[in-house]
Amino acid sequence: MIYRVAVNTRAEMTDARGAALGRQAEALGVHGLERIAVADLYFLDGVLDEAAVEALARDLLCDPVVEETTWAALPLKGCGAAAPGELVIEVALLPGVTDSVAENLLAAAHLMGAAGLERAATGHRYAMRGEIGDAAAKRLAAGLLANPVIQSYAINCLIEPPFLAPQPVDATVEVIKLTGVGDAALEAISKDRRLSLDLAEMQAIQRYYHVEGREPTDVELEMLAQTWSEHCVHKTFKALIDYRELDAQGAIIPGSVRVVDSLLNTYIRAATDAIAKPWVYSAFVDNAGIIAFDDYFDLAFKAETHNHPSALEPFGGANTGVGGVIRDVIGVSARPIANTDVLCFGPPDFPLSELPAGVLHPQRIADGVIAGVEDYGNKMGIPTVNGAILYDNGYTANPLVFCGCLGILPHGSHRNEPQPGDLVVVVGGRTGRDGIRGATFSSMEMDHETSEIAGSAVQIGHPIHEKQALEAVMLARDAGLYTAITDCGAGGLSSAIGEMGAELGAEIHLDRVPLKYSGLRPWEIWLSEAQERMVLAIPPAHWPAFEQICAGLDIEATALGTFTGDGRLVLRYEGCVVGDLSAAFLHGGIPRRHLRAEWQRPAETDAGVAISVTAGDLMALLAQPDTRSKEDVVRLYDHEVQGGAVVKPFVGAQAAGPGDAAVLDLRFQRELGTLTSAKDADGAEKVPGVALSCGVNPHYGDLDPYRMAWAAVDEAMRNCVAVGADPDHVALLDNFCWGNPALPDRLGSLVKCAQGCYDAAVAYGAPFISGKDSLNNEYLGQDGTKHAIPGTLLISALGIVPDVGATVTMDLKAAGDRLYVLGETRDEMGGSALYRARGLAGGQPPGPSADGPELLRRLHQAIRPGLVRACHDLSEGGLAVAAAEMALAGGLGLELRLGEMPQGESLTDTALAFSESLSRFIVEVTEANAERFEAQMAGLPCTYAGHVSADDRVTLLGSDGSLVIETTLAGIEHAWRGHLA
Amino acid sequence: MSNHKPPVLILHATGTNRDREAAWACELAGGAPEIVHVNRLISGETSLEDYRMLVLPGGFSYGDDLGAGKLWAVALAGRLADALTDFVARGRPVLGICNGFQALVKAGLLPGAMDGTNRAATLTRNDSGRFECRWVYLQPQADSPCVFTRELTEPIFCPVAHGEGKFVTRDAATFAALTANRQAALCYTGPGGTAAGYPWNPNGSQGDIAGVCNARGNVFGLMPHPENHLIAEQHPHYHRGVTGMSGLPLFRNGILYAAGL
Repeated sequence: MIYRVAVNTRAEMTDARGAALGRQAEALGVHGLERIAVADLYFLDGVLDEAAVEALARDLLCDPVVEETTWAALPLKGCGAAAPGELVIEVALLPGVTDSVAENLLAAAHLMGAAGLERAATGHRYAMRGEIGDAAAKRLAAGLLANPVIQSYAINCLIEPPFLAPQPVDATVEVIKLTGVGDAALEAISKDRRLSLDLAEMQAIQRYYHVEGREPTDVELEMLAQTWSEHCVHKTFKALIDYRELDAQGAIIPGSVRVVDSLLNTYIRAATDAIAKPWVYSAFVDNAGIIAFDDYFDLAFKAETHNHPSALEPFGGANTGVGGVIRDVIGVSARPIANTDVLCFGPPDFPLSELPAGVLHPQRIADGVIAGVEDYGNKMGIPTVNGAILYDNGYTANPLVFCGCLGILPHGSHRNEPQPGDLVVVVGGRTGRDGIRGATFSSMEMDHETSEIAGSAVQIGHPIHEKQALEAVMLARDAGLYTAITDCGAGGLSSAIGEMGAELGAEIHLDRVPLKYSGLRPWEIWLSEAQERMVLAIPPAHWPAFEQICAGLDIEATALGTFTGDGRLVLRYEGCVVGDLSAAFLHGGIPRRHLRAEWQRPAETDAGVAISVTAGDLMALLAQPDTRSKEDVVRLYDHEVQGGAVVKPFVGAQAAGPGDAAVLDLRFQRELGTLTSAKDADGAEKVPGVALSCGVNPHYGDLDPYRMAWAAVDEAMRNCVAVGADPDHVALLDNFCWGNPALPDRLGSLVKCAQGCYDAAVAYGAPFISGKDSLNNEYLGQDGTKHAIPGTLLISALGIVPDVGATVTMDLKAAGDRLYVLGETRDEMGGSALYRARGLAGGQPPGPSADGPELLRRLHQAIRPGLVRACHDLSEGGLAVAAAEMALAGGLGLELRLGEMPQGESLTDTALAFSESLSRFIVEVTEANAERFEAQMAGLPCTYAGHVSADDRVTLLGSDGSLVIETTLAGIEHAWRGHLA
Repeated sequence: MSNHKPPVLILHATGTNRDREAAWACELAGGAPEIVHVNRLISGETSLEDYRMLVLPGGFSYGDDLGAGKLWAVALAGRLADALTDFVARGRPVLGICNGFQALVKAGLLPGAMDGTNRAATLTRNDSGRFECRWVYLQPQADSPCVFTRELTEPIFCPVAHGEGKFVTRDAATFAALTANRQAALCYTGPGGTAAGYPWNPNGSQGDIAGVCNARGNVFGLMPHPENHLIAEQHPHYHRGVTGMSGLPLFRNGILYAAGL
């Protein structure tokens, strides 16, 4: 018997969820809804009497203080149609989609004595008033309340209980005939099975099986496709590339033609090797980069993207993106201590009518992604401390979701050497049909049908499983129970075990993998990207101890087989061999790609027509979605958990100013009983910490991807140093999101950008320790046109802060203090916020600053003894926006004389106020410290250009002394934070 | 003070995540904390009576599925009711923070005795409909029986980080009784003692109540996180030269009381 339980908020209580949905419906253009009442639905199936159902409904499912409940046995009489003027939409997860509430409900009901409950499912009922018509009701259902990729909905009728019909065990293994198959048929096999393998790769596989004297099984072919996917093997970054540059007229630029033998080796790893910092312990080898922190601890840092899943199912995509990068950090034996997220969306006001078919509205994507980030980070208890949100039309169909994670581990505690005879152990969540072929899916372009065929590519997160797996791994690490560990990400067990056993080989029993439900074929078990799973190599002698740890933490661990040492990956299902591959071929057999790349210089259009600016321009920039306060988003993220945030996301008198970077104090990461700080020679306390920052500006890329790379590295460095990090102790992550690399223009700009990464990193002495590329971020519209994202480079920086007591925030501190401008301003307005707001194309984007590295060093030397009271880097919107932000955060006015800023040539007031030249700061210094500060900066572009004032006016004076911009703190507050009200 | 450090059990349920900070707070306050998974109490491997103080820390126990703290409350009521009732009856201090507070309320341990079926109050969704992380001021109530806020007069400044922290009583009589008994030991207040409208009362709690104790005063729960403000550098205005109003006195009071038992 199935019972349906509905739990409502009592009429006299606030229905906070309903009110929030009402606001979101308005934003999606569904008007006329008076009140949305949200009810939770539960479906209880089993041998239950009515008293048991009543008890569960009353004591478990309902909060009697604020809620009331009704329940009935199914089928109900009538179809649940709403009364006239009422609209009812019911939503449930599709059968088989992870439902942690239902799992927990079952366990709790058993604990409460309802032993007859066999299975449970959940849903929601939305009842509202207002006649909005069928079309709007459907839009509301599919556009806000449900996502058909993972949910079903019913309008004005009852939703079916979403129980999965039990499926028989399916041991089917297909054999795919490759022998004697021609090229066209090979390509057809790749296409039909969605393998994303090109002809050369299919031919290599065909040759391998010819030598083996047999045909591949589906298990083997799917494994090869995942292992060789762009997502897993980064074939573009390892390819041989013929590169050339063209001038604006299309003629080859002499000397620009060259062969790039692997982007990764030529530009990224090469920078790390050239910089050769002794504190880099692991770069580009492990799941995350590892550097030294102090004598006792190392730090691990990694950033990933989860773009295509977030386009289809924003909550689940972003949720599992966060979960995935956290697992990367656990995969190097580290405890995650901070998350970062950088999100790129289409404009929030994008017209619904112009949305390409099959694409979710940018606001819907943004809401879902942000909720997904919030849910995973908060539930894992990891503070989200740094990030950015950018908007551009180019991200409408293809949003970008960059998720970063920082971890800490006792020095040298990561082990990654599995031994023959070690058990192959999976710990964490169970395996289901979720996320099948995710690696190849993320390596394809999307089109309007993608959401229909890729439902199974979306993974659903379960952060509590990951939290418990983390705790189990930490205990096992400290007890020395494992010899190797890695996470189960793209490609699932296939990829994790395949990589861990790349040299040893392994024998795996697929029928031992714990499943969420039966009916998965062997290849599905092997390839599933079900979340929250880690793979460990555990010596048999340690297995009982590990099992006991996991049982005590409510997390499942299973031994699937052993590492053998014979170099073969043998897969069995119920005793039969269903796969037997040479590990050497699996990892070394992929043919190298040979690609063509071309970058054409844009025509030199000098937009530098003399434009004049007013306070209105500053207000418009401050109110841009890119620039304005993100407080409505950032406060959804717990940034205080773990107790480390010393420079928080919001700083200043009212905690409303945008901090340049986060600083974490790691004292509470130590063992209990060790809360002491190192004393330096003169007895002053010094407590080291870390700073996290990022740099990203895709708007420069169309003009010059090389300069865009410089700008991103420079911005990440500036932010980090502005709060107190040592510029000679900063490690970087590179994350490239680009279009289809098979198209020479896309690849050309990627090559150009990678060159910039090398030059900038070497100039700053900041090594890359990890990185990731996400390519094929293109959307094929129904009209056949391709929409590529703007090539986007995210640089994340991890800086060591020598003393958390000597850190700096950007809010102005006291009237009368001097304001210095550091760094030279040039006429670099191309791609600037001002040009974009004014609709001006062309101009030069900011280029490298030769003074940058030395300027950062000297600024740091001034920060250490406390000469700097406030410091803010100049980025989007230039000096004018930075000054306004400092004033608002400090609740104090200021006056700056543009003509006294360091400048190489004589610039217009507009350029001085809004140019986005690199390596620049505004610094507040007390009158008493002015002389020492100036001596510290001697010989560098640094001028005394204004002061903090006691009134509420922000004034920029032009070179001739005239008033260029004058506004008030209230005006700035209105522009920058007005949307929060 | 003697060298005797009272043993404090920091209870870890599946999904708890602020246990380590709670342990630090207890250690800095002079206690000897130990983090113990609830399974170890259930199995009998560890015994609650060996500890002088109990802390239920923050987090998302069991994912907050079926309501924040609800499933933890079910586990406590279903598996540990006797041990907990005994611990409380002996007068030993119990502190629930955020998710721990939600569990104590939903298990019926706050504001009354353990009586899960006829609860006097709850913690429900914030009026804003969303999770929020922000710093709040907490004013200790004079003459409260609460052992954790005894003799505290200065406000505490610390963050909240929750989506379901709105304190609501079953009816007006319950609220009146709580007030009369001075069980609302901590209330949200604005800066400088001004009235606490949103966001200073971050969730719409009735009577600006941030924390409540039982009638005897030895069981106390609060939504904000005093364990996240223990040292000067954590203060949001540290860089403006402002420090003080830390959460440590709450823990000191609890530990002192436990040591005196």
